[in-house]
Amino acid sequence: MTIEKLHEALINKQLSSVEVTNYFLNRIDTAKDLNAYIDVQPELSLAQARQADQLIAQGNQGYLTGIPIAHKDVFVTKGWKSTAASKMLGNYQSPFDATVVEKLGMLGSGMVCLGKTNMDEFAMGSSNENSAFGPALNPWNLDYVPGGSSGGSAVAVAAGLTIAATGTDTGGSIRQPAAFCGITGIKPTYGRVSRYGMIAYASSLDQAGPMAKTASECAWLMNAIAGKDLRDSTSIERENEDFTRLLGANWDSSNSNASQPLQGLKIGVPKEFFAKGLNHEVKLAIEEALKQFEALGAVCVEVSLPKTELSIPVYYVLAPAEASSNLSRYDGVRYGYRSEKYKDLAQMYTHSRTEGFGAEVKRRILVGAYVLSQGYYEAYYLQAQKIRRIIAQDFQTAFTQCDVLMGPVAPDVAWKIGEKSKDPIAMYLEDIFTLSANLAGLPAMSLPCGFNQSGLPIGLQMIGNYFNEAEMLQVANHFQTATEWHSMQPLQNVAGEKS
Amino acid sequence: MKTEEITHLAKLSSLEVPENEIEALSEALESILQLANQLQSIDTVGIEPLFHPIEMITPLMQPLRPDQVTELNQREANMANAPAQFEGLFLVPKVID
Repeated sequence: MTIEKLHEALINKQLSSVEVTNYFLNRIDTAKDLNAYIDVQPELSLAQARQADQLIAQGNQGYLTGIPIAHKDVFVTKGWKSTAASKMLGNYQSPFDATVVEKLGMLGSGMVCLGKTNMDEFAMGSSNENSAFGPALNPWNLDYVPGGSSGGSAVAVAAGLTIAATGTDTGGSIRQPAAFCGITGIKPTYGRVSRYGMIAYASSLDQAGPMAKTASECAWLMNAIAGKDLRDSTSIERENEDFTRLLGANWDSSNSNASQPLQGLKIGVPKEFFAKGLNHEVKLAIEEALKQFEALGAVCVEVSLPKTELSIPVYYVLAPAEASSNLSRYDGVRYGYRSEKYKDLAQMYTHSRTEGFGAEVKRRILVGAYVLSQGYYEAYYLQAQKIRRIIAQDFQTAFTQCDVLMGPVAPDVAWKIGEKSKDPIAMYLEDIFTLSANLAGLPAMSLPCGFNQSGLPIGLQMIGNYFNEAEMLQVANHFQTATEWHSMQPLQNVAGEKS
Repeated sequence: MKTEEITHLAKLSSLEVPENEIEALSEALESILQLANQLQSIDTVGIEPLFHPIEMITPLMQPLRPDQVTELNQREANMANAPAQFEGLFLVPKVID
């Protein structure tokens, strides 16, 4: 089931939003073992569904009205808990909705919220194992991680526990779990989508985006969430854009050859994305996908992003620096966890933070404090910001030779739960291909392009130039019209149930 | 990384590191800094830092929104999240005797 089909069924009254919502709530309940959701409130969801049905009955619906969506628990929501998968916010009840939630919900597009999805604590992690509520499981093989940090959202979409979900991407957190779970996800240009109500990790890198089975569905969701928000001064003022406008259109409008819709498209293939360390099966799948794009009329050219490897240290200096500042707000006074053991105010802060944060969050806070401290600031923080500019400029050089960039999302497929959780560096290295798009603020997406021998999904990454989301979705949509990877279902899509 | 350094960083961050965790944490931070030391090999003379990607996208400015009330006062909803409160005030341990 896709957004498009569900929309038809809803407006033709073949299905009601209440029926659809009940169907998904039942599936979520049956698939509890996947641990995809942190909080589900059936009564709230059904109340929204009834409201959506009313809108449809009155003919006041939009394209997304009545269609269910799940929100990553990093977005604050009225009614549902908003925890960022941290003990620190374990009981936090937000008095307001994040802009993204508001725009998708009853005051905006009329989508029905199914609940809040699991994630790495404060979005710090690449496997969903850093959740205070335990890891979500990869529906393709329950012994494997779903990726992170938007792991629960990816699991929920892949296992059919929602039609679509929101995610956030600070260093790959939409794209990598999308790749590991075989779904589609896009991180828009920095500033496209408001960060208001998104629990902050690294503010100059965080960006929200949609996750669904297909690129065309992501386009519909982009229409709903993009736009300037006065409550986020870094959101960018642009003319309203219809992200679905190019779906199905040929890349070159003067080309009428329907079998080669991508004629004229130049795909840049960064040679650094195929260097040593890239899993052989991932490499083969990406090469096959590039051949498919060539069959659709595109041309591949080799380009260079020479600082790809350095994006790891740059990111793991800058993101912790911003995190150490952002997370200083958690003091156990106005909201959040408060320790029971303290003698004075200073101890109350310290004990609350020590008990409330998980190990990886504390590591990043300490690294951030280190790189920002006197004597190290210039060598680490400032130096990283300078290399960040070089990375951003390298992209612009590459884009003089091509329209989009393509390569793997990650150097590996999903790994076994526990395999890397003891070694933070091993986990950081897995982010090598996703980090630089965040550092530069560029839009980037993940689309399913194959499986390894053991049946784990592989994701193709596409990086576009600033504000080129509609073109990227157009290109991805042509690929998905020609391939079936995005419509594969995990065998065990609901625990115990074979489909 | 020396124990004193870890303790100092922890203090700056209002965190506590139990003694039996210092060694493991020190190793983890060492390896992260080793990774970060790769940055030193790059010549960045004459290159301005890019503090924010927005600078690549649009001219930097400090936009001001109209000074209008957009949010309702939600004192009770906000206070409901406080770990300890009394008559609309946040409670903390006594600071001055």
